[in-house]
Amino acid sequence: MNGSGSITRRGFVGGALLAGLGGNALAQGFAGLGESADGFAAVEPGRAFAFPADHGPHPNFRIEWWYVTANLIDANGAAYGAQWTLFRQAIAAGGPQEGWANQQIWMGHAAVTRADTHRFTQAFARGGIGQAGVDAKLFRAWIDAWEMRGLAPINDDTVAPCELKASAADFSYTLRLDARRPLVLQGDGGYSRKSLREQASYYYSQPHYTAKGVLAIDDKPVDVTGMAWLDREWSSQPLASDQSGWDWLSLHFNSGDKLMLYRMRQTDGKHYGSGKWIKPDGPAELLGMEDIAMTPLTITEIEGRKIPTAWRIAIAKMALSIECTPLNARSWMGTSFPYWEGPIRFAGSHAGVGYLEMTGY
Amino acid sequence: MTDPLLQIVGLTKSYRTAGEQVAVLRGVNLAVAAGESVALTGESGSGKSTLLHLIAGLDAADGGEIRLAELQVSELGDAGRAELRRDRLGLVFQQFNLIPSLTVEDNLTFQSRIAGRHDAAWHRELVERLGLGTFLKRYPEQLSGGQQQRVAIGRALAVKPLLLLADEPTGNLDEDTADEVLALARDLVTRSGCGFLMVTHSARLAATLDRRVNLHAGVIA
Amino acid sequence: MKRALWTLAVLLSHWRRHPMQLATLLIGLISATALWSGVQALNQQARTSYDRAAATFGGTRTAMLAARNGASFPQRLFVDLRRAGWPVSPVLEGAIQIEGRSFRLLGVEPVTLPAEVGNAPAVGRDDFRAFMTPPGMMLVAPETLADLKFTEGARPQANGGALLPPLRVQPNLVPGVLVVDIGVAQDLLKMPDQVSRLLIGKAAGNRPPLESIAGDQLRLIEPDAETDLERLTDSFHLNLTAFGLLSFFVGLFIVNSAIGLAFEQRLPVLRTLRACGVSARMLNAVLVLELVSLAFFAGLVGLVCGYFIAGALLPDVAASLRGLYGAQIPGQLTLKRQWWFAGIAISIFGALAAAAASLTKALRMPLLATAQPFAWQQAQRRWLAWQSAAALVAFAMAAGLLWFGDSLIAGFAVLAALMLGAALILPMFLELMLSLGQRFAQMPVSTWFWADSRQQLSGLSLALMALLLALAVNVGVSTMVESFNRTFVVWLDGRLAADVYISAANDDQAHEMKAWLRERPEVEAILPGGRADTQLAGAPIEVLGLPDHATYRDNWPLLESVGDAWRKLRPGNAALVSEQLARRLNLSVGDRIEVPAPGGNWPLEVVGIYADYGNPKGQITVNFAALTRRFPEIPLTRMGLRVTPPKIPALISALQEKFALDNRNVADQATMKAESKRIFNRTFSVTAALNAFTLGVAGVALLTSLLTLANSRLPQLAPLWAIGLTRRQLAAIELLKTMSMALITTIFALPLGLLVAWCLLAVVNVKAFGWRLPFHLFPLQLLWLTGVAMAAAVAASALPVIRLARMQPASLIRIFANER
Repeated sequence: MNGSGSITRRGFVGGALLAGLGGNALAQGFAGLGESADGFAAVEPGRAFAFPADHGPHPNFRIEWWYVTANLIDANGAAYGAQWTLFRQAIAAGGPQEGWANQQIWMGHAAVTRADTHRFTQAFARGGIGQAGVDAKLFRAWIDAWEMRGLAPINDDTVAPCELKASAADFSYTLRLDARRPLVLQGDGGYSRKSLREQASYYYSQPHYTAKGVLAIDDKPVDVTGMAWLDREWSSQPLASDQSGWDWLSLHFNSGDKLMLYRMRQTDGKHYGSGKWIKPDGPAELLGMEDIAMTPLTITEIEGRKIPTAWRIAIAKMALSIECTPLNARSWMGTSFPYWEGPIRFAGSHAGVGYLEMTGY
Repeated sequence: MTDPLLQIVGLTKSYRTAGEQVAVLRGVNLAVAAGESVALTGESGSGKSTLLHLIAGLDAADGGEIRLAELQVSELGDAGRAELRRDRLGLVFQQFNLIPSLTVEDNLTFQSRIAGRHDAAWHRELVERLGLGTFLKRYPEQLSGGQQQRVAIGRALAVKPLLLLADEPTGNLDEDTADEVLALARDLVTRSGCGFLMVTHSARLAATLDRRVNLHAGVIA
Repeated sequence: MKRALWTLAVLLSHWRRHPMQLATLLIGLISATALWSGVQALNQQARTSYDRAAATFGGTRTAMLAARNGASFPQRLFVDLRRAGWPVSPVLEGAIQIEGRSFRLLGVEPVTLPAEVGNAPAVGRDDFRAFMTPPGMMLVAPETLADLKFTEGARPQANGGALLPPLRVQPNLVPGVLVVDIGVAQDLLKMPDQVSRLLIGKAAGNRPPLESIAGDQLRLIEPDAETDLERLTDSFHLNLTAFGLLSFFVGLFIVNSAIGLAFEQRLPVLRTLRACGVSARMLNAVLVLELVSLAFFAGLVGLVCGYFIAGALLPDVAASLRGLYGAQIPGQLTLKRQWWFAGIAISIFGALAAAAASLTKALRMPLLATAQPFAWQQAQRRWLAWQSAAALVAFAMAAGLLWFGDSLIAGFAVLAALMLGAALILPMFLELMLSLGQRFAQMPVSTWFWADSRQQLSGLSLALMALLLALAVNVGVSTMVESFNRTFVVWLDGRLAADVYISAANDDQAHEMKAWLRERPEVEAILPGGRADTQLAGAPIEVLGLPDHATYRDNWPLLESVGDAWRKLRPGNAALVSEQLARRLNLSVGDRIEVPAPGGNWPLEVVGIYADYGNPKGQITVNFAALTRRFPEIPLTRMGLRVTPPKIPALISALQEKFALDNRNVADQATMKAESKRIFNRTFSVTAALNAFTLGVAGVALLTSLLTLANSRLPQLAPLWAIGLTRRQLAAIELLKTMSMALITTIFALPLGLLVAWCLLAVVNVKAFGWRLPFHLFPLQLLWLTGVAMAAAVAASALPVIRLARMQPASLIRIFANER
């Protein structure tokens, strides 16, 4: 799908938004994100983050997302995954306009995963009229009937408590998210590099959510509990021209540790990667590509693509050596811009659950 | 003695007319050798033409057999009989039966061409002997009766048939023309070496052939 | 193969010697194919347009939400519905003028536009951006771009002065529609935050009830598999198809007679071919091959002619459809590949059908020519008896269909069976007339005249049948058209009784106008009018409100009513019902109906039924005041005025000046009438044109039959010539014979035509349009058609007769010298 190699971590959303509208036009990749970000704000190191303002949109940047993944179990211990994503893209630079003249386009993705099924759906909206948007103050992100809404009294440093809702023809969920620990700035103080050149994004996460709620597949509701992870990221030009896709993981260790890892696959084979190990109460540790070894174990063929759905991950520095296996190897997001995203579990030197996202296969 | 070209044994044929079965041929036996010319005579309604039609495969017999060279005519189907007529027989009728929309030349070569047996030298010889050279581009309706019948004879002989069958070929011609046309036919039959069986009611004409057989009451006397 | 080619060459050589026969055959095939394909091209063109219209952003193929009162509503409802899970997409519709011409402006929202709506802006990613961001993009059909005489990328100016977005062609768009982003549309139409309707996507999901979000502001409109236009225009297209079919059959009559004759003439050749050793199967295969080749060639030529016929008729068809149903048909013919294939196929199929009898005969042909089983008289008698029996069956079917049938198709089937029966009985009728003539003949030549005519009957009967059908249809259609004209003019006088008609821009302006008009002494009366839309029995209807005024009491054309109907309307519990609606719902005077109104159902008593020609919708008329009570939201912008006649032009100019009105907003009675008549005059113009074509084809059929007969008639004529009649006399006798046969046929055709007219008026029109016109007889027209028929006969027999008169004696002598 994106053979031309202009995709960086989740940065595809910019293309996907318009691709979804224009049919399958994205087949050849969305060149726009590889171009210089004329008129949009640049991502530079050393930015001071301020909350709740930064929970809201940054319309001067080209792309942005609010991304929640949840690993859940029901009363019988059966595992589920839930994904809730809101993407924003500006189709033109400049100060935000009122009404239909607004330059923002919004896209929502929602999915639930069970060992035997994976359901997904998408939604599109234009900014300026209220169909979709994000309100930072009393935190609320929404598109159509889906929303992530802060429940009073919301703590701006934890983005909790929240209610997360999405529904489609064949699934729905409503989850309450709580967190006692604060947000984590990814990369270097929230400045996350995506290549050895200037590609970068602002990136912070809330990896410490606990989740509780109801998830329904085919109108059969189940009570679920578990853990969730919020990613917030925005940028104007996060793509390097020689990057073909990425493999990204968020891991919840049984110990309470959290780990975020990603690898940007480059056409020259020298993949660029990074990660962050988040101790339950201690400081977070930044990992470089030289620290991380990621090896595909199982290849699953979906829609003619060969996708590595099981991985061996080793980080010698942290004495980590684990094997990750998917809850459902066919967690395929067949949206306008297709990718693989689903819950995993892992065992080895460490054990736990997490989410895996892979694009560009 | 070699087998005759045409051998007919015990041929029978009857028609149903006005609810009554009329036996026309009641066991005809006849043999014609290659190169032999035979006149078939008999009074009106004696079955001369019927016999000729049966030999030509234009109609099917009730019983008996007709053998032409190695071919059992009585056993052939429609396609086989069409092939027989096309490749091995020449037919000349009292009505000249030319195709009015074709020129004399096309009429002459028509049968030999559809039979795939067109022989340019033989064609030239036929045209010359039949004296048709100056009429080749004309249409049948522009010819006299004698000329038309000469074309018909030419067409029948163009395929170099084994046997030439003629049904009162001179019936529409005056006596002089009839003699002339028949002489030409005999001459060409001799030249091509085929058998010749002619139905005629004229004893005078019959006498000019090698042999004469008379059909009477459904049998050959 | 070679053998087949040789045989084919021999068969084809026949045509070289008989070019006239070939021409006949080809003319028949060409005219049959041309008329049929022409009509099909028109139908196809129209259907394609309907599909395009239906697929245009919320045409009837899509479910949608609209305001109960039909007005626009706040965009907020769209957002609320989306946020409640409804997969809706907003559309704003309005009209804008560019260079004085009005266009439908559609504002769409491409991001939420359901994929299944189709016609989504065919734009790539970058185009998408361009569509939504300034200056935006205005999508137009290629035809509209051509009409506007702009090039792609140009930015026309709207009449208000606003600069419009750059034009961009989208081929599958409907002409006359401009599509822009909804934000652009809101600006252009000066309707900020307003939408006209919401398209509902097919995406499933949990949707809360509509009322819980939008209250009672919106109503759901279910999608229609068949578009309104298709339903409305069905009858029109059926009409066209019926005429196309008729022309096709008349063409096949010609083909049939030409092939039949050619076959008879070639019979000896076929026998000779068989005698020379061509098998029966081969001969038949080659005969079919010959026919198919000819039909293929004729089909191609016919298609080209059909294209031109369709092109010539298209403006009238388009005008009729626009006038009758508001359907927009582009003026340029675009044909699909299937049309060409279908045309060739119909030509080949027609040729094979027309030749079926001859081919069967060839297949069964005995090798030896046997004596004819019957003399021609016996054969003819048997043939006549057989045909008459078939005719009686056809008549019985017509009667049965008339009695039991209840659809438009059944109506046409009645017509078809009637005409088929008449055509089949025609030879018997002619035979009777001719034998009657023979019985009274005294002189030997006149006896021969009648006897010979009888013998010619079988050869000419097909052509005469064609003439009969063409004439009957002509009589029928022209009677219908004339009846329509006469009725329509009277009806229009009654309907357009006010002197001046005004449509104000809004209620305020209307109010102002009324105040101003009241001050004018020449204004004798102001007649306010109002119209509301609602449904009755599942179909949309109009409710017309008229004041109780002498203008209407005296003029309004009521078909039937109780006494004092207009006074009975006054309390608001009675209504007049249009004829269409009365027929559809089987209403008669005294019945009660309940009309849905905003405040609940409105019970009404039917006190009268009136003609409402040409209105595709059902209509009821109530008292104006009662209407405004029941439908308080309707605009009160329409009014009629009674004005002292000489002061009308001055008043109109004053109105236009004072209130800045243009010709669309104010019109006098004469203009309105002229406009209505202009539209309705085109209603049957296509029918009339096809009618003329059909008569022409019938004339050709007669000509070709006579030409082909002429040759075979020489043996019959030669003895008379030998006995002492001159060629000139013979020619005169031949002409007289043709004329008398044509006359008898025409005399037979007139009552048949009137029957056809009655069927069209009382059966077909009622089913097709919902109204029945009174039957009028137009004797002068019948006389005129008789003249046309006789002229056709003279024209058709001229050539063979002149040939006979000039024939060389040698040709006649040859009959004796060379009888074959």
